[in-house]
Amino acid sequence: MKQEMINAIKVDYTYESQQQDIPMVLRNININVKKGEFVAVLGHNGSGKSTLAKHFNALLLPIGGVVFVDNMDTQDEHVTWEIRQQVGMVFQNPDNQIVATIVEEDVAFGPENLGVPPAQIRERVNEALKLVDMYAYKGHAPHLLSGGQKQRIAIAGILAMKPACIVLDEPTAMLDPEGRKEVMRAIQKLNREEGITVVLITHYMDEAVQADRVIVMEQGQIVMEGAPRKVFSQVAYLKEIGLDVPQVTELAYELQKAGVKIQEDILTIEECIEAVAKKLKGNK
Amino acid sequence: MIKDITLGQYFPGNSVVHKLDPRVKIILTLLYITALFIVTNFKGYIVFGLFTFIIISISTIPHRFVFKGLRPLLFIIVLTAFINMFMTKEGVILYGIGPLVATDKGVEMAIFMVLRLLFLIMGTSLLTLTTSPILLTDGIEKLLNPFKKIGVPAHELAMMMTIALRFIPTLLEETDKIMKAQMARGADFESGNLLKRAKGLVPLLVPLFISAFRRADELATAMESRCYRGGDQRTRMKQLITDKRDYIAIVVMIALIAALIMMRLL
Amino acid sequence: MIIRIENLYHTYMKGSPFEKQSLNDVTLDIAQGEFIGLIGHTGSGKSTLIQHLNRLIKPTKGKIYILGKDITDKEINIREIRSKVGLVFQYPEHQLFEETVYKDIAFGPLNAGVSEECVHERVLEALKFVGLEESVLEKSPFELSGGQKRRAAIAGVIAMKPEILVLDEPTAGLDPAGRDEILFQIKSMHTKLNMTVILVSHSMEDIARIVDRIVVMHEGKIAMTGTPGQIFKQIKRIEQMGLSAPQVTYVMRALKDKGWAVKDEIFTVQQAKNELLRLLEGNND
Repeated sequence: MKQEMINAIKVDYTYESQQQDIPMVLRNININVKKGEFVAVLGHNGSGKSTLAKHFNALLLPIGGVVFVDNMDTQDEHVTWEIRQQVGMVFQNPDNQIVATIVEEDVAFGPENLGVPPAQIRERVNEALKLVDMYAYKGHAPHLLSGGQKQRIAIAGILAMKPACIVLDEPTAMLDPEGRKEVMRAIQKLNREEGITVVLITHYMDEAVQADRVIVMEQGQIVMEGAPRKVFSQVAYLKEIGLDVPQVTELAYELQKAGVKIQEDILTIEECIEAVAKKLKGNK
Repeated sequence: MIKDITLGQYFPGNSVVHKLDPRVKIILTLLYITALFIVTNFKGYIVFGLFTFIIISISTIPHRFVFKGLRPLLFIIVLTAFINMFMTKEGVILYGIGPLVATDKGVEMAIFMVLRLLFLIMGTSLLTLTTSPILLTDGIEKLLNPFKKIGVPAHELAMMMTIALRFIPTLLEETDKIMKAQMARGADFESGNLLKRAKGLVPLLVPLFISAFRRADELATAMESRCYRGGDQRTRMKQLITDKRDYIAIVVMIALIAALIMMRLL
Repeated sequence: MIIRIENLYHTYMKGSPFEKQSLNDVTLDIAQGEFIGLIGHTGSGKSTLIQHLNRLIKPTKGKIYILGKDITDKEINIREIRSKVGLVFQYPEHQLFEETVYKDIAFGPLNAGVSEECVHERVLEALKFVGLEESVLEKSPFELSGGQKRRAAIAGVIAMKPEILVLDEPTAGLDPAGRDEILFQIKSMHTKLNMTVILVSHSMEDIARIVDRIVVMHEGKIAMTGTPGQIFKQIKRIEQMGLSAPQVTYVMRALKDKGWAVKDEIFTVQQAKNELLRLLEGNND
């Protein structure tokens, strides 16, 4: 049990708990995120994925079932702040999560709230800004930065709290391709090099591909779960529930449908080139 | 243009004035304003003006930048001059048109009042020009701390100021964007009488308010996620340190006040 | 030419320390009925350019003709221009403000001086084009879901019956299903109404699927223009400008480099599939 970062058991949730016959936003969700794991949660808008994310740091409490964060029950008010320190959260709109008018001041906000001694805060802030490659901007005003830069500041603000896990709720939805790449690079680095557990909520398939495990949500339920390769090979089903697959995965799928025997679980351009080239050679 | 307003803006620099403890700077500004009301004669104003000029020079902020801050308030300054000039009935009449009569005393009053206003604005804008908003709010928070016991929400006030300062540029940008979007749908913000113009603002104000509320909501969630729970047991990365230069500044200010009092008595 | 832009320059905050040349000698012709994809890195000048088209921004120098009229002329009727050139901003749902969806959609045409009866017709028509049900008309726009709000806001521009429709990233923040739906509706509007459409997007996959011609902007200039095939086959060049081609284009390029005779103007999954099938069958002979 020690290896578990987040453990959600039979979680039900609805926003309007007073009324009857309201459809549940989350229904019987069971999730287990291991320490150091990179999990992507996929689903279209309204599938309940953001609601689920808010359960991971006690912003929302389940109506039915329980959520454990590092073996702490989120219902237990005594550990709420400890949970929020352990599980940091980054949101979609970079503008609406930056508090201060100077980058380093904003990054310091979290540790200041935790009551960390000043000298240590300075150290943590510098370290966090370096991790997301934003150290050079520490004296800048956040509103003059690009979306990708702002989002990395927000990530640094979480890192400075020294969390074990970061939950990111569609962090790239409002960014341009350049910004998306910057943020994804930062997330990868945190997971691979710093060993931080990552839960990435997204509807971009190319981002989910980078995870260790993908969870697909639909109408408040988990409908698929597994390694990206396994999940994305279900092209028809994903399309049916309004999700995408990477172009190369779709190409392989289409070729299969046309009777070409080709590897089905293709995720990257390189894999696709290799598989197609092999096929073409074999045909010669 | 909104962007031209220098009042309340921060002008980064490395001067002694910039480096003063913000708490001390706020107190100094209050003393400066008090001193302003001790002055009642021209000699006093000359001393005062010289003092202000020297401080601005030390602060390395271009003089014209400080003067630019006066521009938006020009109307108030002129109005003050007029009222004082024509409302003062004592003294020798210099000239008069109908009910408007200017006396020598009136002219003197007008000049004094205008000078007082000018110094008041310059002094306070020097505070904001040389102090980053964060330090300024920190200073206010720390100065108000002793009043917490009688119910002054020092931390909350400072936090509100910080957030306001953080979101002003964002909301200005948003205003511009919504305005353009409505103009693209044929909205007119410029012509018509007052009532029509006020009505014309609805398509701008409604979305702006909704957006501000949405932002406030999201920001509150984000702050909660970052363990914000009010000012208690909170630490600060930047500590305010009172240095030798702060004491010197206070001594200088007290000397000025003393000099001004002397000048008035003698 | 429905749009003719001649030597357009624009400088932001001229004379201040923040001065920035955002458009630098832009010349561009767009024919009636064309579907243009406008792409470029953030800050390349796309937004500034499209805001010139209905005079939300005035040029520093240069001329813009819309339907033959010079809109840089001071005497021009701005209202008329704004109803001819419909501009849908990014996140247009943020501009909704009326009590009901109906009133919000009617806002544009009423401003343009269209009679009440005609407005009613236009609202219904616009609603249909964006695929919303009539039952939403009496609802508050703020009750709608995110995707519905976006469509209601787009309908507010469509209802002005513009001859030119400019959309700045209409699919930003939407999920794949919502994105496909909106793109499909824009495409069908383009076909049915014979509208001229300019679509600004960061998604090369979307652009590749839907437009007739791509205009690439870079550092305030028009860097390239041509059909998607012509543009995407110059992978190196568009990458230098911080852009990328659709995934399948890279695959086909790699196959070509390895010596297979694949066409290089391929940018959709369908095209790639057909091309590969052709090759595979060809080899079988």
